[in-house]
Amino acid sequence: MLIRVTPERLNPEEAIEAVRRDEAGAVDVFLGVVRNTNKGRAVDHLVYDAYPTMAEKTMRELAEEAVERFDLTDSAVLHRTGRLEIGETSLLVAVSAGHRAATFEAGHWLVNEIKRRVPVWKKEVWADGEEWIEGPESLGMERAPATMRGS
Amino acid sequence: MAITVLFFASLAEAVGRRELSLAHVPGDTVASVRERLVAVHPQIAEFTETLLYAVDEEYAEEDAPVPAGATLALIPPVSGG
Repeated sequence: MLIRVTPERLNPEEAIEAVRRDEAGAVDVFLGVVRNTNKGRAVDHLVYDAYPTMAEKTMRELAEEAVERFDLTDSAVLHRTGRLEIGETSLLVAVSAGHRAATFEAGHWLVNEIKRRVPVWKKEVWADGEEWIEGPESLGMERAPATMRGS
Repeated sequence: MAITVLFFASLAEAVGRRELSLAHVPGDTVASVRERLVAVHPQIAEFTETLLYAVDEEYAEEDAPVPAGATLALIPPVSGG
């Protein structure tokens, strides 16, 4: 099970090779990619902060749960930290299973859970300012009073 | 033994540091440690509505014990991916 929080570039081929098995007929790969715009505002780049040891622990727990839930052969979760330019990969998830349906479902579930629970944060940097993003799907926002969840 | 407190992202910027050490008081919980932190760094109070906590890398409720030597992380809403 390949789990990593790293300032180094993420390589999809590494994750694919890590989950590939002779008995697995399907590998699903998800890349979270830095977008050049958010809420109508031009994004120059992102900066990711993390609690690396807890992030890896949480990613491992989720990856293990995904294997159980969806009967996967293996799963891999990697998250990048530090400064990322437009088009770079921030999140890499790869899952393998006997058949494709399980991999699509597991990939979807894993990415959603990662965005809820894994202690990683992104800061958007614009031409004229910057802001730490509070994930609307995060556990913290889920628990917040409804008035704070406006947008 | 002391307690180690960790700050991240927006909260680290507001507090102006990523880590500090605090004396442990017998019976300490997440809430009691937070109360002492807010007394020193009042900016933390603005974050508490959406703040989560982890004791030794495990999400913990406000009434969870914080033993001597533990690491308490203050976790603003996460936004990975």
